[in-house]
Amino acid sequence: MSAVAVWAEVSEGRFKKSTLEALTAARTWADALGLPVWAVVIGKEVPQNTSQVLAEYGADKVIRILHPELAEFIPAAYARAMAAFLAAHKVPYAVLSQTYNGRAMAPMLSVWADGALLSGIVQVPEKESAGFRARRIAYSNKAIEWVYTDHLPLIVTMRANAIIPARAPRPSVSEEDFAFTPSAEDLRARPVGVEKVATDKIPLTEAEIVVSGGRGLKGPENWGIIEELAQVLGAATACSKPVADVGWRPHHEHVGQTGIQISPNLYIAIGISGAIQHLAGVASSKNIVVINNDPEAPFFKVADYGIVADAFEVVPRLIEAIKKYKAEHTH
Amino acid sequence: MKILCCISHVPDTTTRIQFSADGTQLDRTGVTFIVNPYDDFVLARAAELKEKNPSGVHVTVLCVGKNGASSTDNVDSNLRKALALGLDEAVRIDALPVDGYFVANQIAAYAEKQGFDLLFFGKESIDYNGSQVPGMVAALLNLPYISYATSIEIAGQKAVLTREITGGKERIESPLPLVLSAQKGLAEWRIPNVRGIMQAKTKPLHVLPPVEVTPRVQTLRHELPPAKGPFKKIDPDKIEELVQELANKGLI
Repeated sequence: MSAVAVWAEVSEGRFKKSTLEALTAARTWADALGLPVWAVVIGKEVPQNTSQVLAEYGADKVIRILHPELAEFIPAAYARAMAAFLAAHKVPYAVLSQTYNGRAMAPMLSVWADGALLSGIVQVPEKESAGFRARRIAYSNKAIEWVYTDHLPLIVTMRANAIIPARAPRPSVSEEDFAFTPSAEDLRARPVGVEKVATDKIPLTEAEIVVSGGRGLKGPENWGIIEELAQVLGAATACSKPVADVGWRPHHEHVGQTGIQISPNLYIAIGISGAIQHLAGVASSKNIVVINNDPEAPFFKVADYGIVADAFEVVPRLIEAIKKYKAEHTH
Repeated sequence: MKILCCISHVPDTTTRIQFSADGTQLDRTGVTFIVNPYDDFVLARAAELKEKNPSGVHVTVLCVGKNGASSTDNVDSNLRKALALGLDEAVRIDALPVDGYFVANQIAAYAEKQGFDLLFFGKESIDYNGSQVPGMVAALLNLPYISYATSIEIAGQKAVLTREITGGKERIESPLPLVLSAQKGLAEWRIPNVRGIMQAKTKPLHVLPPVEVTPRVQTLRHELPPAKGPFKKIDPDKIEELVQELANKGLI
């Protein structure tokens, strides 16, 4: 029987927003094809309430591929597990989210499943002649590319924040184990330790709102207003390349062409001029607010809202205004 | 130790992007092509390893591509720029990179017979950001794959790496040979010196024919992104207007 399979990525014992986005994409695609959605969980064990969560977002069946050696993500082992499952059940379609791990695993999966790979697409594939077409962003947000394939199995990765997770509860969900033992070859690149940075913070790649600071803030001691604005908005913090290069902020906060590429719902740029390399990493944000004291800053050209003002003067007032609004509208 | 650095030939970020009339091809006229910025990290790391052990390390730079008509669109000159960092030889596989599957198969077919210990890639190319090729090459050659690597140290036939993950870093140990895709941090970008540039002119650059591979994904057409919504300037003395605008969009 045919289905749309989706890799239900587990991170720190839970399903992240990116997994729910992938599930929603799989549900939408499966509905168009008249197929069920099979959510595949790979690991040592499944998170609590796995079936409830996955069924809530549209899974008809939960496939568990569990093995002690799959406790840590190893791209080769996970890709082999998924490829073995797709082959055993002749599943023609698979969806992953384009997270760090999804990006690592999908190309290997596509080779071992002898499939085609559409990566970083921003909408569910649509039927077109004998195959499927989909859109992705190209040339640093300067173009949209329509891609086509009629090769099956078809593996797709969904760009982060391209799809809003939508509840689509299924009346019943079944569960099934798929037996898989990774080979020694698949386990060669072994994780031996993890260094977490600021686990209480929202990861940049997942954040719906990002507050970002640049050289206009004049020094690391002035980042308090960025942190506080991020806190009242429930946002992640980021910075421009020069700021990371001089060490005012850690490198993992650098967004832009050589840093992290993001597309949050709201990007607030404070004291960032908007060099083209910076825009390449953030220009697909759905709403952009620019605060800069230089009215000629190129960032204003791509902004939805702009404030020409001194950040040190206007940001504290913005924080107060948001607090006031939230106090008046929260019950 | 033999290292292969695979690089992409991509339009400079600052360049204007235009397409052929039917939208299927990039119009290469007047476009300046550069070495993909993420590939510069692996070239720099390979140059560091070569410097530490000049006689024991051999670095090959490879690109799948065809030279364009203009001097700013020449794969060979980008390969020479890479060689100018002190690397040994270059290979150009003479074919247009149609899709990730096609390119990965070209690289795998070449690398298969060469016995490389390290296969280095940038984490993605800035034209399509697909992150497809390094993982596909690893799968085709059945080699360990470490993506988003921010460091690599080698001791004997083993490597210790760090890899970027959501909210942190992961340490990984792997035997050689391995495939790595680089994130910023792997090494500091380098600028070739005059001596390197002079020497690069006479280093070997082999042009090889492609192997026969049927691409699996094709480009139907390109479009320009939808126009931005209207820009609204907010008076700094009426900051509440911005809060209201954002609230109306459900962002607060």
